[in-house]
Amino acid sequence: MNSSLATVAYIGATILFILSLGGLSNQETSRRGNLFGMIGMTIAVLATVFGPQVNSGGYAWIVGAMLVGGSIGLYLARSVQMTQMPELVAFMHSMVGLAAVLVGFATFVDPTATHGFEGAAKTIHELEIYIGIFIGAVTLSGSVIAFGKLSGRIGGNPVLLPGRHWMNLLALLVVIYFGGVFMGAETPEAGMVPIAVMTVLALLFGVHMVMAIGGADMPVVVSMLNSYSGWAAAATGFMLNNDLLIVVGALVGSSGAILSYIMCNAMNRSFISVIAGGFGTTSAAPKPAGGAAQPAGEVVPVNAAETAELLKEAKSVIIVPGYGMAVAQAQHTVYEITKFLREKGVNVRFGIHPVAGRMPGHMNVLLAEAKVPYDVVFEMDELNDDFPATDVAMVIGANDIVNPAAQDDPTSPIAGMPVLEVWKAKTSIVMKRSMASGYAGVDNPLFYKDNNRMLFGDAKKMLDEVLVVLRT
Amino acid sequence: MPSGTPTSSPESSKTAQRIGVPREVFPGEKRVATVPEAVEKLIKLGFSVTVESGAGVGADVSDEAFKAVGATIAADATALWNTADIVFKVRPPTLAEVAQMHTGQTLIDFIWPAQNPDLMQALAAKGVTVLSIDCLPRTLSRAQKMDALTSMAGVSGYRAVIEAANAFGRFFNGQITAAGKVPPAKVFIAGAGVAGLAAIGTAASLGAIVRANDTRAEVADQVVSLGGEFVKVDYEEEGSGGGGYAKVMSEGFQKAQRAMYAKQAKEVDIIITTALIPGKPAPKLITAEMVQSMKPGSVIVDMAGEQGGNCELTEPGKAVVKHGVTIVGYTDLASRLAKQSSTLYGTNLFRVTEELCKTKDGVINVNMEDDAIRGLTVIKDGTITWPAPPLKPAATPAAAAKPAAAVKKAPAHGEASAPMAPGKLAMMFAGAAVLFWLIGRSAPTAFMSHFTVFVLACFVGYMVVWNVKPALHTPLMSVTNAISSIIAIGALVQISPVMGAAERPNGLITWIAAVAIALTAINMFGGFAVTQRMLAMFRK
Repeated sequence: MNSSLATVAYIGATILFILSLGGLSNQETSRRGNLFGMIGMTIAVLATVFGPQVNSGGYAWIVGAMLVGGSIGLYLARSVQMTQMPELVAFMHSMVGLAAVLVGFATFVDPTATHGFEGAAKTIHELEIYIGIFIGAVTLSGSVIAFGKLSGRIGGNPVLLPGRHWMNLLALLVVIYFGGVFMGAETPEAGMVPIAVMTVLALLFGVHMVMAIGGADMPVVVSMLNSYSGWAAAATGFMLNNDLLIVVGALVGSSGAILSYIMCNAMNRSFISVIAGGFGTTSAAPKPAGGAAQPAGEVVPVNAAETAELLKEAKSVIIVPGYGMAVAQAQHTVYEITKFLREKGVNVRFGIHPVAGRMPGHMNVLLAEAKVPYDVVFEMDELNDDFPATDVAMVIGANDIVNPAAQDDPTSPIAGMPVLEVWKAKTSIVMKRSMASGYAGVDNPLFYKDNNRMLFGDAKKMLDEVLVVLRT
Repeated sequence: MPSGTPTSSPESSKTAQRIGVPREVFPGEKRVATVPEAVEKLIKLGFSVTVESGAGVGADVSDEAFKAVGATIAADATALWNTADIVFKVRPPTLAEVAQMHTGQTLIDFIWPAQNPDLMQALAAKGVTVLSIDCLPRTLSRAQKMDALTSMAGVSGYRAVIEAANAFGRFFNGQITAAGKVPPAKVFIAGAGVAGLAAIGTAASLGAIVRANDTRAEVADQVVSLGGEFVKVDYEEEGSGGGGYAKVMSEGFQKAQRAMYAKQAKEVDIIITTALIPGKPAPKLITAEMVQSMKPGSVIVDMAGEQGGNCELTEPGKAVVKHGVTIVGYTDLASRLAKQSSTLYGTNLFRVTEELCKTKDGVINVNMEDDAIRGLTVIKDGTITWPAPPLKPAATPAAAAKPAAAVKKAPAHGEASAPMAPGKLAMMFAGAAVLFWLIGRSAPTAFMSHFTVFVLACFVGYMVVWNVKPALHTPLMSVTNAISSIIAIGALVQISPVMGAAERPNGLITWIAAVAIALTAINMFGGFAVTQRMLAMFRK
């Protein structure tokens, strides 16, 4: 296969990748979109393997590595629980990050890669290597920490070191300084020290950045790392003069950036403030001073039987799931209840807040897994006007995304965040383990409203009881 | 308060106060100021409760039922008034009852201090403390659970419709029967306060066509939400008089309002009037001519009978037929549903007691610092404290803050966002121009072609990804993840040993590349497979 043929194959693969992302615009075409992605990837890999840059000496290695990696990947894809999707995605980001670092290093130690580069071209090539490794390393360590946090191996609370912004700034300056040293290095041996220092700093930077971000900001972090893994691929593309890598990296990078933007909007926070650290750091101080924000009143607890009674009498029900549903693995029981009520002619719908769960679209996937038909699952904006006409709004393991203080109390740390207006329903039922406040550390006035009922306990266990009562 | 069971300790039982509930002496009054459910809760608060024998008969509650939950029964009113520290009543006390009171006693009751100045003087002379449940500051959200006016008005509104249905000779709902078509009854409700709204809901649920009017324009939504139709008066004036009541309107408005009522009177079958202005006689909304213009067999239920009535022909306390129209002027609508209204009233009084006895030790504390209790208390230890000063503006900031906190609506998904401010846009363009100029000045041509591809790809990605549904964000992430394993290409081109380049560390590079390929293969296969698995789950 000559190089023109390879280039044509790359163009074909690029088009297929774009169609793949386009296919995800709705559920009907999404499977076809994924298929396009697979075909595109196959074409790209085959075109490269049989292209001019790979010779017979590499085939055995390629097949071996593909077999090992592929079987691990397929195993993970089969065995992963849908509640663990955020972890899997974070894990995969780290793979991309590590691969980018390795490819960068391999290019760096390969003198043939720099053949024929002179002057500005050489500087740019070295800069590309340097940046490629930097982004790859940040993606790698950031994703590893995100994986740890999402899987519960590392505590979810933000770890805020004193003077952390200065530390980051200092690290950045050191990285830039060593970038200069690296560019000036004559031989690979001389360049090894600066690039190693930079890699270590980049790894630390990634760890530090994600450690400072709390659990519920994870949707932003996961989509941000998604974006980074794209930029890492794009940087590698520049490094290797490969347009396919550049295009795909840019596609993935901008996709992640858009998701991050959507998630930030859904929390009414700027991207910078999410990255700069968790809730309760800057907003904790004015809160006690505000004082009046403390909600007063009494909480009305109910038991499973009363909840079942309320559901039975309702004509329309909106269920608002949150991370608590994922933790308790309650989605299948939720589906059973939904099925039962729908058969009784109750209009049951789901309201999904953009940041519910730990990654964008997390709740949709869980409900889909539990066989909830996607045409009863709605976005926040589609459903918010319907709450006044709803008999029962059931909140399962969510807190901040249904907090009326976001609209009523300008001093609240979450003021201005769009929320699902469950309190406008005739009755709202909140399922929670305890009265503990949510991630933002804000007390929720919803719990004290006259038309709100609290169902305390593990979501799965309580819903199972509700289902038993419903069926009798 | 360390423990939740305050009744058992001997210290508290010594000082615990006794709540007395006498039989209502007003002729025809069937309600009682407490019910067994409330007694149970009062006893839990540490009080002991005595009920006069036969007090609950009108509301279908026997003495035994009270006894069963721990109340004692007093044989007659004298015994009860003598022993009780706190007395719960429904109707204002008669002067004979006041005579039986003693210093230090507390009375919780409907007093209507504005209408009953003599009663107030008599009570003050006795040196008692009086909480008038009708003086509750209704704008406090905390006060809602104590608001007996609202709960009684709700019962009355319901009963008014039932009385109307009773006097009306036709169905409320329209029917098509074998014997022919029956048109639905048309009901007009004047005043959409609590009673009016309850009447709207009840009439609508019986199937009638319901229209309503109120001088307060803001209740229009509530009328519609209960199934009614809001009829506007063709005149601009805001009628909200504070505390949820209406105020007296201007002459011009009243003229327009009369015209509207006259028109409605000709059209509808049933009129229910609920218009009250605090401390003033009820406004005369329905004139004798309007009654004459109504269809024979029509019904007017005048819920303002006690304050003189909204209809000129109303005879308070009676149902009369004039010009072929039945005019119901009962003043005891809540009493006619005695069991329901007693239960609600008993609960309201329990909530008041709860507020008075925060320590749960069976002793009340009339805390004049508390807005709700300050408003309720019309006589404190023989001193008239009515009217209460207007509420401290505690509730206002919250209301005023609302518009300030109005949520900035994020552009919905896929919707065009609002155009950016021109200044900001210009700055962004300027920044991009400087950046591009710097790159263009120093970069070689080979780089520029890659850069072109990169920038265009970013835009393509941006356009494509905005169309992705939020429900598919997780599959989007896993598919982009799989696609980003394209970085394998980078490793693939490195893996083959290059012959004839002696200085190239072939073995090392091959190993590194092999590891990179294995890692990206995890992503490649795993990412696509898991996406496929997820997408297969989405079904209609």
